[in-house]
Amino acid sequence: MILVVLISILFLGGVLAWLSEGLDSKFPRVVALAAVVIDLLVMMVLVGADAEGSGWIVQLNAQWIPRFGISFHLAADGLSVLMMLLTAFLGIIAVGSAWDEITERTGFFYFNLLWTLAGVIGVFTALDLFLFFFFWEVMLIPMYFIIAIWGHENKNYAAMKFFIFTQVTGMLMLISILALAYFHYIQFGWFSFDYFDLLKVSTSSAIEMWIMLGFFIAFSTKLPSFPFHSWLPDAHSQAPTAGSVLLAGVLLKTGAYGLIRFAVPLFPEASMQFAPFAMTLAVISILYCAKVAFAQTDIKRLIAYTSVSHMGFVMLGIYAWNEQALQGAVMTMLAHGLSAAALFMLAGGLQHRIHTRDMDHMGGFWPKVPRLSFVALFFSIAALGMPGLGNFVGEFLALLGAFQASIGLTVAAAFGLIFASVYSLWVIQKVFHGVYRNSDFDDTHLHDLTRREMFYFGAMMIGLIWMGMYPQSFLDMSSTTLTNLLNETGQLLFAQGSEL
Amino acid sequence: MQDLIWLLPTYPLLGFLSLVLTSGNLPKKVVGAIGAGSIGLSFLTAAVIAYQFLGSGETHLVVEMWTWMAVGNFTPGFSFYLDGLAVVMMLIITGVGFLIHLYSAGFMLDDPSYSRFFAYMNLFVASMLVLVLADNLLLLYLGWEGVGLCSYLLIGFWYEKPENGYAARKAFITTRVGDTSMAIGLFLLFAELGTLNIQEMLHAAETQWAVGSGLAVAASLLLLGGAVGKSAQLPLQTWLPDAMAGPTPISALIHAATMVTAGVYLVARTHVLFELAPNVQLLLAWIGLITLLMAGFTAMTQHDIKRILAYSTISQIGYMFLGLGVGAWSASVFHLMTHAFFKALLFLAAGTVIHSLHHEHSIFKMGGKRKQLPIAFASFMIGSLALAAFPFTSGYFSKDEILIAALEMEGPGMILWLGGVLGAFLTGIYSFRLVFVVFFGESKGHHEEKEVAGLSMATPLIILMVFALFGGWIQIPVDAVFSHGEVHEEHHISNLMHAIMIVVPLLGIGVSYLFFMSKTFSVEKLMANPLATRLHGFWFSGWGMDALYSFLFVRPFVFLAQVNKNDLIDAVYALLVEITRVAHVMIARTQTGQLRWYALSIGGGVVLLITLGVVL
Repeated sequence: MILVVLISILFLGGVLAWLSEGLDSKFPRVVALAAVVIDLLVMMVLVGADAEGSGWIVQLNAQWIPRFGISFHLAADGLSVLMMLLTAFLGIIAVGSAWDEITERTGFFYFNLLWTLAGVIGVFTALDLFLFFFFWEVMLIPMYFIIAIWGHENKNYAAMKFFIFTQVTGMLMLISILALAYFHYIQFGWFSFDYFDLLKVSTSSAIEMWIMLGFFIAFSTKLPSFPFHSWLPDAHSQAPTAGSVLLAGVLLKTGAYGLIRFAVPLFPEASMQFAPFAMTLAVISILYCAKVAFAQTDIKRLIAYTSVSHMGFVMLGIYAWNEQALQGAVMTMLAHGLSAAALFMLAGGLQHRIHTRDMDHMGGFWPKVPRLSFVALFFSIAALGMPGLGNFVGEFLALLGAFQASIGLTVAAAFGLIFASVYSLWVIQKVFHGVYRNSDFDDTHLHDLTRREMFYFGAMMIGLIWMGMYPQSFLDMSSTTLTNLLNETGQLLFAQGSEL
Repeated sequence: MQDLIWLLPTYPLLGFLSLVLTSGNLPKKVVGAIGAGSIGLSFLTAAVIAYQFLGSGETHLVVEMWTWMAVGNFTPGFSFYLDGLAVVMMLIITGVGFLIHLYSAGFMLDDPSYSRFFAYMNLFVASMLVLVLADNLLLLYLGWEGVGLCSYLLIGFWYEKPENGYAARKAFITTRVGDTSMAIGLFLLFAELGTLNIQEMLHAAETQWAVGSGLAVAASLLLLGGAVGKSAQLPLQTWLPDAMAGPTPISALIHAATMVTAGVYLVARTHVLFELAPNVQLLLAWIGLITLLMAGFTAMTQHDIKRILAYSTISQIGYMFLGLGVGAWSASVFHLMTHAFFKALLFLAAGTVIHSLHHEHSIFKMGGKRKQLPIAFASFMIGSLALAAFPFTSGYFSKDEILIAALEMEGPGMILWLGGVLGAFLTGIYSFRLVFVVFFGESKGHHEEKEVAGLSMATPLIILMVFALFGGWIQIPVDAVFSHGEVHEEHHISNLMHAIMIVVPLLGIGVSYLFFMSKTFSVEKLMANPLATRLHGFWFSGWGMDALYSFLFVRPFVFLAQVNKNDLIDAVYALLVEITRVAHVMIARTQTGQLRWYALSIGGGVVLLITLGVVL
């Protein structure tokens, strides 16, 4: 029941926020903040809760459309709870980053923001694939509006691109879901969209591969992975800051979550065959997008490409499919959620202050805005994988696990660590170091971080240090889920020979 | 008390945090007190711990703090490991580190970013201590990357100048290449041996791997990659000379005394692995030899006082690598220690010179400064004597041990020894070239300036002078660490060889004297020879390595990135959109609203279909 409450708070909060605009245009943000904070607090009940041996902490299974075997099946295990916590935490951050930035049609804005979050929570908890698809769409459409209405100079193009990429690949997933339900019908004589039922479906390997690809393409577009990544730089550079925070911090993670929860467990054999290919795509993502990132002058595009690069480690870890690799993928999701969100907020904050995202116009900001610069340095260092911070734990574990699956691909992926330092330090150089010159822009609004901003960044910094120094708090939460998944798929290690 | 070993990195870490959180709002006196005081506390703690540990007769001590991460059988912890090697390293780091902090408190006083400076310095010492005290390779890697980060921050400390930023990035990225190699080494070690705990890992390697086995070779090569990066050895040495862009105390602490020796420490710490891969160990010796010679030749051609010292550092670490390569583990660590004394001394003295002469770096714009800068002069004399291995100075003992070990080695030992002796000859030349040019001869430029050296700057110099002179008598307690690897037998070195090793550095000093002091020989005449000019240019540029790497790596990377700035993949999707649009336009054109067109197309379609039906 608690899961319904979690989702309902966001749905209702969204409606309430919209309505409250009629009273005062500043009410919606308060309503939105209250809704996410309450959501986070309610979630805390799940953190301490004991899971049964199966790993599921709460389950709710109600009939919905029994004729087609569609049920309203929500459940949460450690992995879901981790992802929900990230969602709610970044939800608060997103509201905070929109606080002063969004001044027009605030009611509708916060409505969309909360509905996106509701969709995401739904995605992280749905165990009926029809319901899952429903939530998948719910988080898409409000996000489209956020980019299309409150975006920057090229917002319609970016929003449309985002929509078409997600929608087309979502259609492929829907076809796969329907096919899977159909094969369940063939095998057992009745329709079901339930996760646990569909796990039992077995088909010929060719069919399994095709159905799996439908899921894979949808999820790897969301992740995103090479070659489906090109919507992301546009979406990010055009979205308002809160939109970027949600996109980078949360929405991308639904793709990774889908791979872990559905794509691999539902089709273990096809995934095993496909793994070398997926890991190769991951390595290409890591290296190719790091290189493209380095060439960007638009700071948001640059960060967007680095996101793709970092998500490559997630995909590499997932398809290595062993305990270290999977834990690495999950830790990278969490840590990148915070670091990328923070970097986008910094970029957004700069754009808000000087009305440009072009790094060629920036430089020497350190003495002007020392706090902002230090915070930017911190998150850049985190992103390049400094030990002691969360991103390192994730990427190191992912590579450590991947090494046991494929030495060659892991060595190639490790070059990403070098590239990451190249582009991260380049940003620091271009924006914060060097001599300050203000001929290129109006610097009357270039002020340092406010107390409220420091509060948000401080929270994210503590989060990353926590993840980096004592990741066990997070690893413990997801370990039952991941070991169960590994056992269910029969410990399919994609052994390619680890001897030299 | 020994259980309190975690306090060592904690003091400087707290110093860092308090300086960062107050973000430069503290008075400079307080900043200096926090900055230097935290290291002082660490040193006192280290001294007490060392005293108790050495008195206890234990060979090692493990202090576990908490499990860092536990994933399956991967369970590295925040645990510290103390043995003789760690004792030596922690005393060098906190001791020399404290002196350099004390010096900096005076040296940096006029800098507006005083607090930022000490924050980074403290973080550096904390990381370095974690590096040498870590009981597993992952924690060591944390310290390893931490010192790299601080090195980056401090090289680029004066960030207004783009070239400083460039030098900082070059240092970080070059060493990160090595770090990545090391990380892959960790993956391999864990995959094969199932642990990253150093002692357990070494034990497992010894029992599971045969001498010369492929895995041992691969693992030690990958770790060696990390070591050459941090320790600025061939082929990753190019970053160190540029690292001189930072404030001079940084060069003393990071780029001479401590961080650059991390690679030597890593190899010494995991020496069992290298013994399992004799070819890799031999490679170490060759890398050391070639690096020490190349850097020695380059040091003779430099004008910038700090760059001379930078190349001399590369060269001296080359000796340490040579020592490691011939299995003289403790001699290398010994040289690491004496080098820390005299090189810190030289750099700090160079700082005094530069500071007193208004940021003058070129030695040829100085001259006859021995009366004007007496403390710096004394420091340089003693430091250079030790550097040139003048008999009975600290450098003499340590270099001697390494060369003797090389000589005793079977096979290429003789060549390695000869190379090392040649290097000592070069060291004599370049170190005294600097002394003669700067402090002797006729006085040039900057006549009015007085030596700027308050008490906080002079004291460290004097203490370091004592250690540079007499540090060679210290016995380092590392026998237990290297016990099973080293053969402790009487040296069978003939007196002739001993004599050669004593005389050759003196010859170098003599040659330097004839060129730069008595002017019996003239550099100008030598340079009139076109071949000499070319050679000089080649050496001056560091053997063209920068140009080579720029050509091989930097320019292709930047080119590829620029070419594909707009992301080729996006163009594919744009093409898809374009095709759709064109198709849309074409089909839309058919919708003319004219009945005869529709009739015609229906008729045409019917005819086409019938034709198809008939044909097929």
